[in-house]
Amino acid sequence: MKLNRIAPMVIMGACTLYFLVPIWWLLVAASKSRSEFSSTDPLWFADFALMDNLRELFAYRDGVFLRWLGNSIVYTGGAALLGTVLAAMCGYALAKYRFPGREAIFNVVLSGVLVPATALALPLFLIFSQFNATNTFWSVFLPSLVNPFGVYLARIYASASVPDELLEAARLDGSGEVRTFFTVSSRLMFPALVTIFLFHFVAVWNNFLLPLIMLGNERLFPVTLGLYTWNTQVNQYPEVRMLVLTGALVSIVPLVIAFLLLQRFWRNGLGSGAIK
Amino acid sequence: MTRKRPVAALLFFILPFGLLFAAFYLAPIGYAIKQSLYTVERTGTFGPAREVFGGLVQYQRVFADGPFWESIGRVLLFGVVQVPVMLGLALLLALLLDSGLVKGRRFFRLAFFVPYAVPGVVAAIMWGFLYSPNLSPFTTLTSKWDLLSADLVLWAMANVVTWVFVGYNMLIIYSSLLAIPQEVYEAARLDGAGAIRTAWSIKIPLVMPAIVLTTVFSIIGTLQLLAEPQVFRTFSSAVTSTYTPNLTVYSTSSIPNFNLAAAFSVVLALATCLLSFAFLKVTQRGGDK
Repeated sequence: MKLNRIAPMVIMGACTLYFLVPIWWLLVAASKSRSEFSSTDPLWFADFALMDNLRELFAYRDGVFLRWLGNSIVYTGGAALLGTVLAAMCGYALAKYRFPGREAIFNVVLSGVLVPATALALPLFLIFSQFNATNTFWSVFLPSLVNPFGVYLARIYASASVPDELLEAARLDGSGEVRTFFTVSSRLMFPALVTIFLFHFVAVWNNFLLPLIMLGNERLFPVTLGLYTWNTQVNQYPEVRMLVLTGALVSIVPLVIAFLLLQRFWRNGLGSGAIK
Repeated sequence: MTRKRPVAALLFFILPFGLLFAAFYLAPIGYAIKQSLYTVERTGTFGPAREVFGGLVQYQRVFADGPFWESIGRVLLFGVVQVPVMLGLALLLALLLDSGLVKGRRFFRLAFFVPYAVPGVVAAIMWGFLYSPNLSPFTTLTSKWDLLSADLVLWAMANVVTWVFVGYNMLIIYSSLLAIPQEVYEAARLDGAGAIRTAWSIKIPLVMPAIVLTTVFSIIGTLQLLAEPQVFRTFSSAVTSTYTPNLTVYSTSSIPNFNLAAAFSVVLALATCLLSFAFLKVTQRGGDK
């Protein structure tokens, strides 16, 4: 009986170490001065220099890092918010209305889920360059709005959580279809929408190839691309290393905060799409 | 009951997504296919370049391109090992969380999920430092094995991907475990089935759809491997510019040879669709038995 409980806890403990030690290391590393980084215990604090590192990070090259962070938040927050609304409307229409071509539309969108986003980056670059629109904010933002998996999830959630009788009742009350969606249906779908938003947010935040191909102007970079370029310079300019480490730590913070705040949604909503 | 179809409302709901989907999903696919059928011709070495229709010339080049197929073989090997390890661990952790044998479930769930918040590029940079012999906190390990050498760097990257995605996959499987109604377990309990037996014969079959879904996403992700190898090029000279199929696409397009790069993209996208589709078919047939 005892062993029954010890073995699982040992596995859980070992996995906790595996998942958290690298982040702990990053936190410790970002809190050290350059000289102490390689000369002190990598897993424990030396003189606490995190504030100095942060100051240096945000001051470096006229505060370009802050700019990257801001870009990431606009690209990601904007695309995820707008993208979720668009996916929700489309998925809702596919779930709640019968019309010719409905299955065809759904199947095309669904096969979009299987098309890897990275396969689109290069042709997108070629298309945008025809309009002289590469290396612009829109060249990264607009493609990021499209989330076929969100449509798929929204359709499942809408079927499950919005009863037909309710829509019928709203119609009898004289409420228009669009108004019903925004005042009634979207509220019923809200927990699901947060899940879609979160998935979309992570996908765009992590997107690397599209900005790598599209953007040449450093002022437009998202934070991932910025850190990547700094990291390629570490061998030539060793002083950049501390900036990369501190920047890496800072770049994780917004997502961790978003996850913590939205915990009660993703904790249970995440798998609903997989059950069906 | 006949009711007039609310055409205006439907257009309002579907068009915004539909237009963007057409412009930024369908159009690029079509454009890539078109580009892949063209080739650049020059009159003389320094003459002006013009694009002419080349039929399947680019595809012949793709199929004759040794490094490209080597890179496909490499990511397949990667996937055959990494996907089962990652999903096996995710399944084990989800079952343990669900078994009632573990205290502090909230904490573990969060702790395992945190790496998912780390963007692939940042995770790769972080682990790149952790692997570097002179910077790593695990010097006993890194002094014995050079994790950034040609032999091991693929598995060093597999570890990065596993680290990021175990918690995410665990959560998907775990939430579908939570959705199993309690009555299902009653019969097993009456039969005197233990925790392991219940997990094996009841829970795993019931969460199969979730496992299939996570597998398909993992297959797609593996074939698209890009950020990790691209970052690791800074840490290890063993990672070449054609290490994974996507790196080949990227380096071909920066030569620039867009037509060939487009053909690579098309072949890669097709291979990805085929593989995930085949996997879905096989698992569905297995389920019919």
